[in-house]
Formats: sequence, C-alpha cells, structure tokens
Amino acid sequence: MNTLSGSLAGGLLAAGLAGAAMAAEIPRTPEGRPDFSGTYNVATLTPLQRPEMFGDNLVLAPEEAARIAEEEAARLAEDLERDDPNRGAPPKGGDGSTGAAGNVGGYNAFWIERGDGAFQINGEFRTSIITDPANGRFPTMTAAAMKGLMERRRFYRENTGEAWWLEAGGVGPYDDPELRPLGERCLLGFGSTAGPPMLPVLYNNTKRIIQNPDTVVILVEMNHDARIVRMNAEHAPPDQRFWLGDSIGYWEGDTLVVDTTNFRNETAMYNATRDLHVVERFRYGEDGQLIYSFTVEDPNVWTEPWSGEYPWPRTDDRMFEYACHEGNYALGGILRGARILEQETMDAKPDAGSD
Amino acid sequence: MLRGAGSWITIVTLAALATPGVAADYVAPRGPGGEHPDLNGIWQALNTANYDIERHLARHSMQLRDGPHGPLPAVDLLKLGAVGAVPPGLGVVTDGPLPYTPEGLAKKRENAANWLERDPEVKCYLPGVPRATYMPHPFQIQQSAAAILIMYQYANAVREVYMEDVGEAPVDSWMGQSVGRWEGDTLVVEVTGLNDQTWFDRAGNHHSDQLKVTERYTPVGPHHLRYEATIEDPVTFTRPWKMSMPLYRRMEPDARLLDFRCVEFVEELMYGEWRRQPLPRP
Repeated sequence: MNTLSGSLAGGLLAAGLAGAAMAAEIPRTPEGRPDFSGTYNVATLTPLQRPEMFGDNLVLAPEEAARIAEEEAARLAEDLERDDPNRGAPPKGGDGSTGAAGNVGGYNAFWIERGDGAFQINGEFRTSIITDPANGRFPTMTAAAMKGLMERRRFYRENTGEAWWLEAGGVGPYDDPELRPLGERCLLGFGSTAGPPMLPVLYNNTKRIIQNPDTVVILVEMNHDARIVRMNAEHAPPDQRFWLGDSIGYWEGDTLVVDTTNFRNETAMYNATRDLHVVERFRYGEDGQLIYSFTVEDPNVWTEPWSGEYPWPRTDDRMFEYACHEGNYALGGILRGARILEQETMDAKPDAGSD
Repeated sequence: MLRGAGSWITIVTLAALATPGVAADYVAPRGPGGEHPDLNGIWQALNTANYDIERHLARHSMQLRDGPHGPLPAVDLLKLGAVGAVPPGLGVVTDGPLPYTPEGLAKKRENAANWLERDPEVKCYLPGVPRATYMPHPFQIQQSAAAILIMYQYANAVREVYMEDVGEAPVDSWMGQSVGRWEGDTLVVEVTGLNDQTWFDRAGNHHSDQLKVTERYTPVGPHHLRYEATIEDPVTFTRPWKMSMPLYRRMEPDARLLDFRCVEFVEELMYGEWRRQPLPRP
C-alpha cells in the first residue's frame, strides 16, 4: 500500500493525465450503457457526517488525511499486537475496557475493516460523505422525530452489569427481541449497509453489481441482500412494502438513477420511516471511479432533504456468504443476560432495603 | 408399412407427448451477450419435493407418531389438521430409492422422527443446494454477459454462479460455492463447499459436508427449464444419484420476488422464552 501522501500525488497525476479522454473510455455494455458490473469494497475512514471542526469545508487537507490514515494504522497495529493468539482468557467480569462488544473482547482488528484512508474524488480528500447541507451534517429533525429519538436514547446506557431499567421503570431495552436493532436480529445489516442509501460500515463492505438491460442487481454482503432494481418500471402499489424498499431504475445520459420508495416502518436508514424516499445515482467520475451519490428525504424525520456521495473502489476479492441468523447466538444471549441481571437486581433488593 | 419420414414424425410426437409443452427442437432466445440462452426471469418448481424428494403417498403429517391403527400426527402438529398433512408426490429422484449407507438411512429416520426440532427450514436457516430450487417460493436468475446470480425469495438466500475457475471454496457455507459453465445451451453448475447443516426436504433426507451437487439448467420451452441435479456424497450415499424436475416461469405480469425474511417469523420460537414477560408457549 502506498503512503497516503503518495497515493494523493498519484491520484492527482492520474486525474490530470486522464482528462478529456476518460469519458469515452468508461466500460460500456453491448447496448452502449455505462457498465457498472463488478465487485466493490466501499470501506472508508471518511465519516457520513462531517466533524464540526471542519465547518463547511468539504475538502480535507492532505495533511489531515495523512493524520487520519496514520491514526487508524497505529490503532490497528496496536490492536493486532495485543491480540496474541496465545494470550489467556480475559478476567472474569472483563478487563474494564469499553467498546462495541463490552469489555470481554470482541471486535478487534481482525474483524474491523473501515478502509485505510479518507476517500478522494478527483484527487481531493473529503471531510464527509454528506455534501448537502453545506455543513455536511444531517438537517434539522422534525419535532416528532426528535421526540422519538429522545425516547430511544433512554436505552443508550453503558453496560454496567446492572439492570438499571428496573429502577427507570417502563419498557426496558432488552424486554423483547423486537426492541433490539434490526442488525442484532439479523433482519438487515447494521448501519444502512444495504440501505438505501448504502453507507460504509465497520466491516463487510463488499458490493457486487450484476447488470443487464432489464434489471440491475446490487448484491450487498451483509446480510446477503440482493437489491433488485427493475429498469424503466413503475413502483409497486403503495400497500406493497419492502425491507429494502421498492427500487426502479432509469438512465439519465450516462448516469444510472435508482428511485426507491415503499419502505416498511423499519428501515435500514437510521431514524427513517416508511415515507423514506431515496434517489441514488451511479456514474463514472472524471477520475474513472464509480461515484455513488444519493438524496434522502423523509418529511417525518428531516425538515429538508439531504445528499451525499462517495466513490466505490473496485476490489478483486469475492464476496463471501454472510449468514447472520444461522449463527446468531448473541440475540438469545442478550435476552437471557438481561433476565439474569434482573434476577440479580431483584435478589439484591431485600438487602438494600434492610439498612 | 412405415416410411422413414413417417416414423420420424412419430418419434417427435412421442417425445413431445413425454414432456408436455416441450418441443424437442426448442432453441431458446439468446441472453445478454448474445451467445448463451437467456435464463433471466422468475422461476419456481411446482411439486412436493420440499416435503419429500422421493415418491410418496399423502400422509398425516410432517412428523408422525404411532397410533392404535397406524400413524398419526405428532402431538406438536396435531392442531394443524389437514393443513399439516403432507400432499402426495411423484418424487423427483430419478434413480431411487436413495442409496443411503446404513448409517445414513438410520439418521434419515431419526431426522424424520424429530423433524420439528431438526429441520433447518423450521428455524429459517439458509436452504442450501439443491433444496433452494424447490422451496415453495419463486427464485430469480439475474444473468449478464459475464455473470449469473440466483436470488431466492425464501430467506433472501442468494448465490453467485462463478463463470470462471475460482479454486476451492475457502470455507464451507450454507449456500456453497457455485462454479458454472455452458455445455451447449445447458448451464452446468458444480456446487461444493456446502456445510452439513442443510437438508434435502422435510422428510429428513440429509447429507454430509462432502456433498457435491452438479446442477444442469436447460431451457426446454419459452417458459420452462429442465432442472437436474446429480448428488455425490460418499459419506452419506453408496453411489451418486439424480433428481430432475421442470421449473416454471412465473407468468404474472407483475411477477417479482417479494419479502420472505422469515427470521422475523421465528423469533418467538427461538427467543420467545427469554422475553421479560414470556407469552404462553406450547
């Protein structure tokens, strides 16, 4: 792998040299349409929302990009060093560290694949995937959506090994499987990996496009989700609802436009509702990359539409089966664990009350 | 007195009669790329192979117990009544009975006796190959000039048929690794790297992780494919065996795969007992 500054210079050079010839050189189908067939790994260190420190700057300075890449590399190296295969089991109750899997170990560097740098478009690094609003962040939420978000936030508590929800009263976060996130239930991949919009996530970022004149399929690694885009078709009737929405496609010149509606109440896109409407665009950029861009609107959630874009780099790797549900010991374990914590908390109550 | 031309016509007629709706000289339209037949579309088997791939009479239930005058539905299935009965079937195995080893046959019987507990379909697990083909759901073939993908409505299962040598499967999986090639107008797919967790049907027919499935998809009319699968598994069977069935194109003008993400439908079965307020359970 190049150093980041090296690859930046290379990117600029390639973009400069390619210039006007590029438009004629994009892969095309026998029918003359741009051919997006291929396998892509969309991992990137560029976040969806722009860190506030960058303000309205869409472009990330090369030094900042280098720093971000170096920090990730250092973190992974440290993680790998710590993960000596001959190490012993973590101490009972965990080692006190925080993270997605709690403090008994879990997602270490072996699993995580967020890419090794920020992405570039036409040789420029970006600070965020979101391009509109100008600050690169979600637009203002509606009052109703904000209220719902606050209610869900009640559940966002660090695992302290106590059944805190008993004291809080009301519905607890682990009461039923239906209250767990769709990713945990293996109903959809987490983080809108299949979307739409399809966003980069912590790992398993492979996408595969298989295209013919009538249908474009976008196969999403997690969880083996095939988005079937019916070309030049009409949307399904409004009472037909789909986990990934109903996607229809058409061409605008050399851009493939995919329009998706007919979502269920549960959507991959965090916070969105059944009224979500996503328009995605696939095109070859001037630098020869597949550029994936999208506009999201949901009047129940956001007061205005928002848009983003990022490149899909090709990979020579093949996609492997992500069989989620078949190995989902976690969901049962989460529920059982909560029941044990509740029992322990209730058993401890008489003592607490006797003082 | 038969003349040459007359007997030729007779043979063609007999062949057509043997497979209704199929012309012996059928040539399928070419698909994307113009070279190979077009397999694009939404297809479905119309048979009872998912109940039992072998020839079978209708029976009381998918899981049976002994009654005073013959088999009866297992207790857990009793309330389904006629809905839980197994419809009869001609079978799709062409060279049966299934050549199980003695151990393989014993396990098949044990599976059948414990069907509800053991059949991976009950838990909405990925179906494997060939069972995915004849689940009672449509599947869609997406074919481009260079690639073939098969998408199944059941459990949103999917597998790509690699049209190049990709070497050995890196590790076993539920849907296996499929590698395809064209033999004339037949798509031949060799499936390896299958794990031993999937079954052939609800009758408990099973296999090991040494399973190799060689499938053949042949267009035999504008709306029909012939599907054949050769099953090789030296751990479970004493010889290779075959299944064969027609696949039918779904003809509805708005035919499409719908959502059958059955994970949602098995949460109560698999996790319901660990709810904070468990619901009544059988």
